Amino acid sequence: MKDILRSLVDILGERGVSNAAEELWFYARDPGVLEAHFPDYVVAPETTEQVRQVVRLANEEKIPIVPMGNGMALTGLVIPLKGGIVMDMKRMNRILEVNEKARYAVVEGGTSQGALKAYLQDHHPQLRHSLPDAPPTTTIAANVSLHGQGRLTQQYGFNSDMVTGLEVVLPTGEVCKIGSPSLGPYWFSKGPTLPDLSGLFLGWLGTTGIFTKVGLKLYPNKKIRDVEIFVTDRVDLVPDIIYKLTHLEMLEDINAWFQPRPLMFKDNYHITMYFTGDTEEEVEFKRKMIWDSLEEFIVAKDGGFMGVGYMKPMLLEMPQRGIAAFADVPRGGGFEYSGPITLIEHYPDYALKVMELAEKYEVIYSSAARVVSGGHSMMFSISFAFNRADAAMMERVKKALDEATEFALEKGGIPWKPNYKEQRMTLEKLDPNTLKLLQMVKRNLDPNGIMNPGNWEVS
Amino acid sequence: MYALKFEKEICATCPSPDCLLKCQYMEFDKDEAHQEMMKLVNGEDSRVLTECVTCYACEEYCRRGNHPYYLIGERREEKGILTAPRAITNQWINMTAMQGKQMVGEVQDTALSSCLIPELGMLGSGKLFEDVAQAITFGAEFMCPAVHTHFAKMSVVKERLPKVIDHFRQLGVEKVICLHDECYGTYTSIAPAFGIEVPFTPIYYMDFLLEKLNEMKDQITPLNIRAAYQRPCSNRLIPQKHRLVREIMDLIGVELPDRTYQDENSLCCAEILRAVSGYRLANDVQQRNIDDMVECGASYCVFNCPACQSTLSEKVAKRGLTPVHIIDLCKAAIGEKELEVTA
Amino acid sequence: MAYVRSIEHADIVHRCFRCGYCKFPSDYVDFNCPSHKAFGWDTFSSGGRMWLIRAWLSGEIETSPRFAQILFSCVACGNCEAQCVYPRFKDFLLNIFEETKSELVDEGKIPPTVRDYFKAITVNGNPYKLPQDKRGEWSEGMGIEEFSGQEYLFYVGCVGSYDEVGREMARSVGKLLKDLGVSFGILGAEETCDGNEVKVLGEKGLFTALAEENIIKFKAKGVKKIVTLDPHALNVFRREYPKLGGAFQVRHYTEVVADAIGGGRTSFGPLKTRVTYHDPCYLGRRNLIFEPPREVLRAVPGLDLVEMRRWAVDSFCCGGGGGNFFTDVIGTGEQSPARVRVREALETGAEVLAVACPQCAKMLVDGVKAEGIEDRLEVMDIAQLLSRAGLA
Repeated sequence: MKDILRSLVDILGERGVSNAAEELWFYARDPGVLEAHFPDYVVAPETTEQVRQVVRLANEEKIPIVPMGNGMALTGLVIPLKGGIVMDMKRMNRILEVNEKARYAVVEGGTSQGALKAYLQDHHPQLRHSLPDAPPTTTIAANVSLHGQGRLTQQYGFNSDMVTGLEVVLPTGEVCKIGSPSLGPYWFSKGPTLPDLSGLFLGWLGTTGIFTKVGLKLYPNKKIRDVEIFVTDRVDLVPDIIYKLTHLEMLEDINAWFQPRPLMFKDNYHITMYFTGDTEEEVEFKRKMIWDSLEEFIVAKDGGFMGVGYMKPMLLEMPQRGIAAFADVPRGGGFEYSGPITLIEHYPDYALKVMELAEKYEVIYSSAARVVSGGHSMMFSISFAFNRADAAMMERVKKALDEATEFALEKGGIPWKPNYKEQRMTLEKLDPNTLKLLQMVKRNLDPNGIMNPGNWEVS
Repeated sequence: MYALKFEKEICATCPSPDCLLKCQYMEFDKDEAHQEMMKLVNGEDSRVLTECVTCYACEEYCRRGNHPYYLIGERREEKGILTAPRAITNQWINMTAMQGKQMVGEVQDTALSSCLIPELGMLGSGKLFEDVAQAITFGAEFMCPAVHTHFAKMSVVKERLPKVIDHFRQLGVEKVICLHDECYGTYTSIAPAFGIEVPFTPIYYMDFLLEKLNEMKDQITPLNIRAAYQRPCSNRLIPQKHRLVREIMDLIGVELPDRTYQDENSLCCAEILRAVSGYRLANDVQQRNIDDMVECGASYCVFNCPACQSTLSEKVAKRGLTPVHIIDLCKAAIGEKELEVTA
Repeated sequence: MAYVRSIEHADIVHRCFRCGYCKFPSDYVDFNCPSHKAFGWDTFSSGGRMWLIRAWLSGEIETSPRFAQILFSCVACGNCEAQCVYPRFKDFLLNIFEETKSELVDEGKIPPTVRDYFKAITVNGNPYKLPQDKRGEWSEGMGIEEFSGQEYLFYVGCVGSYDEVGREMARSVGKLLKDLGVSFGILGAEETCDGNEVKVLGEKGLFTALAEENIIKFKAKGVKKIVTLDPHALNVFRREYPKLGGAFQVRHYTEVVADAIGGGRTSFGPLKTRVTYHDPCYLGRRNLIFEPPREVLRAVPGLDLVEMRRWAVDSFCCGGGGGNFFTDVIGTGEQSPARVRVREALETGAEVLAVACPQCAKMLVDGVKAEGIEDRLEVMDIAQLLSRAGLA
């Protein structure tokens, strides 16, 4: 052990390594409901070269290594299930390049969402990226590595679909460029029209390599952004409403949500839709089209647009700070959610399931679904808040979330950023040949099984 | 329970059915107006039941005090006819439900009611309200439920209003100063219309203001501005109080140039119209209203109701008018607040 | 988790979500938590501290030099309280750190430099271990009166009284107040430590003694209004002394100067220079005084005032707070706050970095030296700048 510490300090300097009790305790856990596992070391690299050397060392010594952004996925993906080294990527926080005409940015493996947002606002105000509502300390690399979403997912797909190239350190220590950067200096493609190797890394939850650079698509940032909320008490109409809205091809983000409190939201389903424009004319035209598209529901009194006036500043915030505030509803600073990807037509079934689970496990719920890629699927989030000081409550939330994932798998959905137990459930259900392929990829990329072990593993 | 006190004969013998004739949203000739009104009176179906946008104006237009607007609401509910979509209707009911979160200041014989509108709490402050500001009440427990008439939920009004009145009664108040027209209208128009007793004297805030301003006359510096007044729908329940606006404006040096949409012909802020009738009508009403304000040469838009203010502030500001509440104008006139120019 | 230790606000510690908003300013442009920036670990951010305190309260971790280092590296800049998204809990973050430090003080398990600081205050009455009777030396030859009922007591503080850079600032502010005809007097050798840092560092007993002594002294001398050189003193006089029975009207010198020159009553000579102003945490973010210093700077003809990327409520702390000015727990590495801040000042193209706090002054002067940019950026307090401009 002593040798390892010295080797790490040699690579990273004193400031980049810790095995102090405090760091080990903190980095052993995330803010979700899963139990902690202690690492042996925590490291924080500042360059790709440092990452490479640490990974090589880990591979040689067969020490597990777990890359980490800010740990806000909440499903324990940064918890070192088998000890070893936790690699805090957040000191690699630079924005390396913005190609304005091609609309892409290249960032480091620990660059935060907030840093990119601020940078674009300062230097390229006509560009934006797909910002999730997670706290802005979360990293772009972590987000794309688990197929995260953001404000532009309804239009353009998962945030991982927006990757335009990667630099990855393989578990065996090689630094690999993925996509157009493997052939030249431009970062406009993560794969096509070559064999798309990005699929070996995106969605693998850090089990096949560590991202040290990420290319990311940027999109036009319009001058005006507005929002409307459509409300219905008929959950069975939600898929139709979304279908009509997505037909317009005019909306930025579409979220369908419900929660029992505050009282004004009780028994209703809300569809928040964002739209943008560079002129008042454009925005008003879109608003008109939105209202007209849902006319039949309004005439039938089955749904209507609510006044958003006083809520607007909060709704238009990016990221929405209020979402983190849901964690404090039970006065305990915690929430966790399961967000399977599924067909929109299943919305009513999922909605009923949320309320059923909340009642069964006596937990506080909220739910928000996000439309993905114009309606080909949705991310349906089932969120339960807990009081960190109440172990029994945390246990109930854990069970409720596990059951939610079971349900999603039964319905043919795909779990999103599953914790290791949900991963096992998924692998058990997976088509056997697909499973074989997955295992083959993993074994070949990580022969010593050091990368975030315990994840995407078949016991 | 509480039944609407209206006399069939009064409508039957009405020489001019102004209630429907003057309606700004439905077209009738004299005979049609009378016929449709009688259908309502007799409990029959009428196009009024689907076309009325709930602007409250017919309560003013009816010269005989026979409560046509409340009647329309009653008939709609009896027939299960909604105005706004169901989900919106229920949202309003839930939003204003009593949850034990009320705030009551030091109330003795007079309460200052801010209904369920936080902005009113902030407006009811300073020298003008120094004698009563500590006696503030806020919360659903003290909220006038008149808004539910927009949604044809008269039953909600009838269920909640006695409770609200009882909450005031429990405080032992003799007077309640209403910072909003809708509150004052509820206690002086809706309550008697349904035979609900009000055991305190409601005071209209503009009466209170006028008296206070007259006491402080030597402290008033005329503002010398031209303004357009946004008359709220709820003022139609208390039309006898509308003249107070001009009296206050005269006192503080604010000119209200003549406009097309003023007094009886006022246009509402249209926020409810958006929910009840759709964006086209709401946009049209707002457009005409603001065009009119601009054309009359006003540089300020004076609000009486925070809901109107929240709906229209940005829109009037974009057209070069500074939005301001009438209480803030009074505060500016006595040098307590600076008159902003935001447009 | 059952707790085996307790602090006053133990019941809310678990509510932290470690989301990290506390690390950032309002627009997320860079890390705004000085200790996190300096040390780089999440444990050195407010969320990290909160989680560690929860572990420590429940006995999962023990007091250790590292734990003490983490606690005492907090510069109490207040960025976390300004940015935390939990309305029912954000206002107590710094209280919780202080309460924990208090426990460590009681346990005797504090960094040596913190112990030395307390000792110096206890024994010498100031952290410099210099004689009490030298305290008023900064004012020699200036003709500044002793306080005897003038409108203001000009309270200088330990840094202004003893530190080289601080004394310069005390002199320039004293002269400015005199030139503007402000009615004030000083305590000179009778002045004693205000105790702000003592409190923040967790020595409750010592703080109470210092505060009570001051309150008795001020009251006995008939002090009603205090103008401070140092925003740290402003903070403790305004927020903490009233709880101990000492309610005075407290202003910062920039507020008094802004009033005195307001409405064009006084004007200055031209000074053609580009200046950027660093908001001291205890003046700006903690006590919401942003405009008066800027008003004063704008009153100088030819002075081009530009803002740093992080300014007003987002200002990045110089690193002097939380006692770090004396205890130097954060150190002077490349990512130490003062060095980061002067680099940020340089980016504005300013020639002068204006300050309104003697601790910021010294920290940033040292930062400039460490960065080797003395020829490009001059740190000056506002009064010095006005003196350079001269009265018109």
